[in-house]
Amino acid sequence: MGMTTKRTIGKIVYHVLVCGLGLVMIYPLVWMIMSSFKPTQTIFTTANQLIPSQFVLENYANGWKGFAKISFGVFFKNSLFISIIATIGTLISSALVAFGFSRCKFFGKRILFVAMLLSMMLPAQVLMIPQYLWYQKLGWVGSYKPLIIPYFFAIQGFFVYQITNFIDGIPRELDEAAKIDGCSYYSIFFRIILPLTTPALITSTIFSFMWRWDDFLSALLYINESAKYPVSLALKLFCDPGSSSDYGAMFAMATISILPAVIMFICLQKYLVEGISTSGLKG
Amino acid sequence: MKGKKNLTFRQFMCKESTAGVVFCAPFIIGFLMFMIVPMGISFYYSFCDYNILTPAVFSGAKNYIKMFTDDEVFWQTIGVTFYFAFVSVPLRLIFALIVAMILLKTTKATGFYRAAYYLPSIIGGSVAVAVLWKRMWATDGVINTLLSAIGIETSFAWLGNTNTAIWVLIVLAVWQFGSSMLIFLSALKQIPVSLYEAATVDGANKWHQFWRVTLPLLTPNIFFNLVMQMINGFLAFTQCFIITQGKPLNSTLFYTVYMYQQSFEFYNTGYGAALAWIMLVIIGLITLLLFATKKFWVYEGGF
Repeated sequence: MGMTTKRTIGKIVYHVLVCGLGLVMIYPLVWMIMSSFKPTQTIFTTANQLIPSQFVLENYANGWKGFAKISFGVFFKNSLFISIIATIGTLISSALVAFGFSRCKFFGKRILFVAMLLSMMLPAQVLMIPQYLWYQKLGWVGSYKPLIIPYFFAIQGFFVYQITNFIDGIPRELDEAAKIDGCSYYSIFFRIILPLTTPALITSTIFSFMWRWDDFLSALLYINESAKYPVSLALKLFCDPGSSSDYGAMFAMATISILPAVIMFICLQKYLVEGISTSGLKG
Repeated sequence: MKGKKNLTFRQFMCKESTAGVVFCAPFIIGFLMFMIVPMGISFYYSFCDYNILTPAVFSGAKNYIKMFTDDEVFWQTIGVTFYFAFVSVPLRLIFALIVAMILLKTTKATGFYRAAYYLPSIIGGSVAVAVLWKRMWATDGVINTLLSAIGIETSFAWLGNTNTAIWVLIVLAVWQFGSSMLIFLSALKQIPVSLYEAATVDGANKWHQFWRVTLPLLTPNIFFNLVMQMINGFLAFTQCFIITQGKPLNSTLFYTVYMYQQSFEFYNTGYGAALAWIMLVIIGLITLLLFATKKFWVYEGGF
């Protein structure tokens, strides 16, 4: 009896602590979402009160109007366009290169693999100015090209590395059998390996899409026309001093901007957890 | 004749060595076009007076000399960036490890808890969160309001004080410990139970088990996390750019933001290119340094 009571108390303490800390963790986000439903002038006067005393949707209506006569819908469309096309490019190119690394022997492979690992360590911020100068020479500044085209060339080593590891895990007997049947490397890739790689491709899709969606730096550098802004850059302008002090609208649009990530988080949690745990991909 | 030529071309294309190069072609082109060439160009410009608008004029090592001898802000940003990385990354890893240990015990609610703890790291890098963070720590923001609710009446300007502004960014970074937590969690699950049983037989309590069994076996994961996050810590940009812009008095001016300002706000693009190269050298040195310490504390013996 004494033992069980002690265990129950222990359990309650455990759950209260873990739950409490969990609430602290998500409190900022919940606060932002709740604030977006409060009348804008009351957000900071009622900051200590989480649940709005009156639910209003006007912040969403006001925020959606955007600024400079451009609706937030345009920014969303831009973000979707960039994220989807760049993600498709990443998937195609990374899968091709990963197959090459995993299944073919060729001259220079070792050096190439080291180059890929190096490119993983070489982050966008270091390349920021070098790439800007180069894209300027190419005449790409001001267009979506710097935000899209490089991704068709497997420049994100993380994805190549992850898919290579996955293909390494597919038994080689499958290839050998296909080779005996007269399949070339190209048809082995398209008919056998690619379909089997789906789980790794799904994980890559999620991360690639989220990273492209959140990408702020390259939009800041290359997009200078407000009608072309993606959501990240538009949000930044929303919070610039002077441009608007409508915090309700700002929180409403911030809430909408994290929706794609939150939806993916809820629906595809399994792949997310797997992606992070197996390869250390950063969310 | 034509048929035969076609056949040999096809045979050539289907050779393993050709196929390998064909499959890897996107990366070969991408690596040259988007990494090597830009780095080469910027290396040249780092030795030039260049402001994007007028042609570059070669000026020797002037940019580098100016950086080390005549630019106080440069040294200040190095200090700020090191402080940020060396405080936020270890704190984040410690939090991640503690929470991973707690969540290792599975209950019905574990899935929910795990989600709550790593949601911030999924969306933490977004502009939306940066914007939110800035408002939270404002004088009339939610932090001060909550503090008054528990009896600490304050209108402290967290972002206006040279001592606390950097901590607003550190807290934001630590808050995103979720992905490291997941890595630790999956590593913890792989530690065989038999090791703990053996330790118990030898009379080790939980505390000893943690220090003598768990921690040593986790060191490879800690090392991996440390290297990757140190690199990312040195390169933090968005949060600083949106939340503090380096204010007050450059006390939160990260290296990358300074680099951006020099290149695109003050139009000292040649100088910015030199800053980028020095950044690369610093990251390389830190990575080497971390790898050099590896043999002293990372356990690689397997289970």
